[in-house]
Amino acid sequence: MKIHEYQAKELFRQYGIPAPDGAVATTADEAVAIATKMGLPVVIKAQVHVGGRGKAGGVKVVTEKDQVKSVAEKILALTIKDLPVRKVLVTPAVVIKKEVYLSILIDRGARAIVFIGCADGGVEIEETAKTHPEKILRHEVTATECAKLDKAKLLPFASKLFDDPKQAAAAADMMVKMGKLFMEKDASLVEINPLIVDDKGEVIALDGKMMIDDNALFRHDELIGYRDMDSEDQDELDAKDAGLSFIRLDGTIGCMVNGAGLAMATMDTIKHFGGSPANFLDVGGSSDPKKVVIAFKMILKDPGIKVILVNIFGGITRCDDIAKGILASMQEFNVPVPIIIRLVGTNEKEGRALLEGTALTTVTSLEEGAVKAAKIGSLT
Amino acid sequence: MSILIDKNTKVIVQGITGRDGSFHTGQMIDYGTQIVGGVTPGKGGQSILDRPIFNSCAEAVKATGADVSIMYVPAKFAKAAMLDAAHSGIKMLVAITEGIPTLDALEAYEALKANGVRLIGPNCPGLITPGQCKIGIMPASIHKPGKVGLISRSGTLTYEIVHELTLDGIGETTCIGIGGDPVIGSKFVDLLPLFEADPETEAVVIVGEIGGQDEVIAANYIKAHMKKPVVGFMAGLTAPPGKRMGHAGAIVGGEDDTAASKIEKLEAAGIPVARIISDVVKLVKKQLG
Repeated sequence: MKIHEYQAKELFRQYGIPAPDGAVATTADEAVAIATKMGLPVVIKAQVHVGGRGKAGGVKVVTEKDQVKSVAEKILALTIKDLPVRKVLVTPAVVIKKEVYLSILIDRGARAIVFIGCADGGVEIEETAKTHPEKILRHEVTATECAKLDKAKLLPFASKLFDDPKQAAAAADMMVKMGKLFMEKDASLVEINPLIVDDKGEVIALDGKMMIDDNALFRHDELIGYRDMDSEDQDELDAKDAGLSFIRLDGTIGCMVNGAGLAMATMDTIKHFGGSPANFLDVGGSSDPKKVVIAFKMILKDPGIKVILVNIFGGITRCDDIAKGILASMQEFNVPVPIIIRLVGTNEKEGRALLEGTALTTVTSLEEGAVKAAKIGSLT
Repeated sequence: MSILIDKNTKVIVQGITGRDGSFHTGQMIDYGTQIVGGVTPGKGGQSILDRPIFNSCAEAVKATGADVSIMYVPAKFAKAAMLDAAHSGIKMLVAITEGIPTLDALEAYEALKANGVRLIGPNCPGLITPGQCKIGIMPASIHKPGKVGLISRSGTLTYEIVHELTLDGIGETTCIGIGGDPVIGSKFVDLLPLFEADPETEAVVIVGEIGGQDEVIAANYIKAHMKKPVVGFMAGLTAPPGKRMGHAGAIVGGEDDTAASKIEKLEAAGIPVARIISDVVKLVKKQLG
């Protein structure tokens, strides 16, 4: 789960990581009230879950009081990479003497937690990583020690970011706090970009980005309110509540598969034979016929569907349970498109027997199913 | 021959009294796997399926001499169970559980590694040496002893490929599901040397997907160190960027971790990659000559 800059900064402040004050506005008038209280100049920043906000006109410095309203209005009217801007962060403008990049994340390759730093700042951090990999600093820590890091051990890393010993010490202290925040909130990323030195010589997190591990949300009730419904697909969330994985795409062939890898391979096979998948759907590892009904409901919400391909390789999932779910779905919904079904594995015979005598098309291989679905799916 | 497990492997089941744990324990016993006991804290001294239950892995290992533990413990309690295994004297832990918080898995991995315990998974179907030992949830009937080793990040997709290898009469030495999570205990490169050294394995199939760089690292390893032929399959060519495709680890973050980029890099390393599942068998046959 991604959280917004203003939310990340709330957490930063809770953990003692210096970040500029600020408040969130959903209307231009609110922004004016905040700016008036705070004093000019301010920065108004769109709060959306995409990168490149600045380039899209979503971050503006305002020096004159009478401009706050029009600037806030303009930003609140923006749609950045398909996401409407519903909130802006109003925060005091800061004089930047130096800026660097600092983050902590899970490095799946190294199977470790790693701090990433770059003394050149992080405007194009991914580009820098490619063109000047030597400028990217790394410091690995273990999950066992991450919540209680030793500042002294972080100082050499921090000193490569800041020449000034006082600033380096402040950065090392910040890293200790980032480690604690990272562990206690089950983050997969805490990024400060940029981490700056202001005109008083203070080291401050000017921008913040955090991602929380979805698998750990069950133990973070305090973070559930941070979820931004605008950037989440309601169907995807409903599916998750039902124990399914669902992602809507823009094709014509509805897919229902058990297992994430096979679901992807099924989509790929459809594409290979000239069709286009309308969704990714993994009904999961158990075999509750109710899940199948919910899956059908999700798929059928899309009016562009021309055919549904069910591909089940039974392991934990039992083919007869899937068949029961399909039959229940046929009764519950008036399914307007053909359904092609392929059932193999655990209780395959029982499953097929249940479907016998119905109008459903059964096939024996994924490829046969994909070819048939692609043919129907491309009819106009 | 085989890798990691065979008919002599002694297995305990963590979470043996749970719904999934007890069902699959029965299936493994039916297959001939030597299940020597189970672990459910608080139920020590009882028994299930004629196997003794212990309160901890350490007790179970001491009493049974088990080599491997397979874990069906729910995600919320998985870290404690994995740490229990780490300090028990077991040699390998197979973590089936899906949905374990990544930092829990990482902390457990660190403890297992420090104690010399190999971790397979989490979020995996387990592993099987056909005809000898099944430690996992895969349907037994699709496997057949043979000559291909298989390593995969997926479950049902693996079954699909194994099924075709079996129908074609090629069969498998050992099949390992390494798991779909971002942090897993054994990666392709950790297992490829074992297949290279196994006299019965004549070819290896690696089944990857979007997310991470493990397949690319494997490609470089194969090119530099392996004499046996390897065939690949990569799922997720149609996956949109930024979306988690079911598996916690299956997400396209940048241009390097797409299926297309992985296929390109594997093929550049001389590893043929099948575009559809049935081509895997064709490519394997071609490699075997």
